[in-house]
Amino acid sequence: MKKRIEDLTVTENRQLTDSFFVLKVTSSLTLPEIMPGQFVQVLVADSPSTFLRRPLSVHDVNVTENTISLLIQVAGKGTERLSKLRQGETLNIIYPLGNSFTLPHKGEKVLLTGGGCGMAPLLYLGRKTKEAGAQVNFAFGFRNRLRIPEHKEFKKLGIVHLATEDGSEGCKGLVTDIPALREEKWDRVYSCGPELMMKAVADECLRREIFCEVSLENLMACGIGACLCCVVSTTSGNMCTCTDGPVFNVRNLKWQISG
Amino acid sequence: MADLRIKIGSLLFKNPVMMASGTCGYGSEFDDFIDIEQLGGIIVKGTTLEPREGNPCPRMAETASGMLNAVGLQNKGIDYFVKNIYPHLSQYGTNVIVNVNGNTVEEYTELAGRLTDLVAIPAIELNISCPNVKRGGMIFGTNPDAAREVIASVRKAYHKTLIVKLSPNVTDITEFARISAGEGADAVSLINTLVGMAIDAKTMKPRLSTITGGLSGPAIKPVALRMVWQAAKAVTIPVIGIGGIMNAEDALEFIMAGATGVQVGTASFIEPRTAINVISGIESFLEARGFASVSEITGIINRN
Repeated sequence: MKKRIEDLTVTENRQLTDSFFVLKVTSSLTLPEIMPGQFVQVLVADSPSTFLRRPLSVHDVNVTENTISLLIQVAGKGTERLSKLRQGETLNIIYPLGNSFTLPHKGEKVLLTGGGCGMAPLLYLGRKTKEAGAQVNFAFGFRNRLRIPEHKEFKKLGIVHLATEDGSEGCKGLVTDIPALREEKWDRVYSCGPELMMKAVADECLRREIFCEVSLENLMACGIGACLCCVVSTTSGNMCTCTDGPVFNVRNLKWQISG
Repeated sequence: MADLRIKIGSLLFKNPVMMASGTCGYGSEFDDFIDIEQLGGIIVKGTTLEPREGNPCPRMAETASGMLNAVGLQNKGIDYFVKNIYPHLSQYGTNVIVNVNGNTVEEYTELAGRLTDLVAIPAIELNISCPNVKRGGMIFGTNPDAAREVIASVRKAYHKTLIVKLSPNVTDITEFARISAGEGADAVSLINTLVGMAIDAKTMKPRLSTITGGLSGPAIKPVALRMVWQAAKAVTIPVIGIGGIMNAEDALEFIMAGATGVQVGTASFIEPRTAINVISGIESFLEARGFASVSEITGIINRN
């Protein structure tokens, strides 16, 4: 897929919680085919301390509207500036970048696990998974109920299991404490979120011999495989998170430690 | 149309703008965005005799108007390069230059010798300035005797165009420019990154796995410009200016300070078309100001 650099137009900026917002952007051209798990490199204008682009997962794609949604958590000055973008303003992005999740087969039962802004790529993955004819389930973890962004779009695609660390919503504990993860039979598990969470999910899947792919986050400069800043240690040596990933099968990652 | 051509050693460049080593991969990473052949040249990723895994992550930290990197010359080694990368590179209708690295004089020399045989590689850039490796690299570029020895040895083994990439982490850049010229280099390119560091005060830990790394981007441009100006006055061989070039105006500053050519580096990470935009910007400037060729403004601030 040919990568593009393009000025997109913001059609919507919707705040979900005090730190999460969804930015919807559209192109004057027809959007290229975007696969679940792919990401974009966003240029943050008018933020002098933000020098490099910011890699952001594609949260959703609407072919009819010709829009891409980005679920963003305010974490620093760059994302702070993005949170203030208004309808009609432009956003320069390089896209679509990276590989994608391996979609399931028809009839398979899959679990999409995420925590915090790791939810971002799982909506579009859930949509494509459902289109593929698989049975979609989500398992999300948050610190408390106030941190949980609106997730009705997820609920339209499948069952949503929630865990909060303080037990204020769903099951008390982490994503891996959600009973469904350990008790039910899964054909595939996908995960995106904090590394400790993904490692815990990966351990469970390796133990039960379940196919498991994770989407990694890493510090990046270029996003196109030129700078070699974002490498991850794999069984085939150092690989670029931006071009060889961000999606990796956990069997190929060096951080898989069964315990 | 202003004449943008420049000459380094016996090698002709269609324009003075190149993409810097370590920032353009092997060129193909940019194929979706630019036509590599429009460039004066590309300096492909730093190459060593043996494969190298580079440094652990984190290898990168964003800083004010720039970034630190500690990649550490990750590459698959010369055998892999010749077999798998060179065939594609040899298709490009521009000067493809290989950045050469080693731990020892012997390694540098052997690698340069191997590259002599590659007909589509008309020049090498001798990297004696990488700050992110434990052995070799900057050790050669900050010690006059070591620099002299490695340049002399590589010069004997390599008969095509030899560019020496200098380190800014020295007291007197002109000393190393003179050594390069004295040992027969065809040009010097400068600057490589400045050694720097960053700490995350929240976690109370260094931001790079190696603690220190190489600073690049517009943050280093004034330092780079000063060193290019000094080097250009000190030697008669061409100087290639590198350091924080984000647009044509930045590149013009280097040329006016005395640079024959320029390399665009970190800017390509943010805007992959930067180098191409720099070429057209230089051309527009020359035409608007009535200059017939880029050479008319090379070192213009040093005249009168």
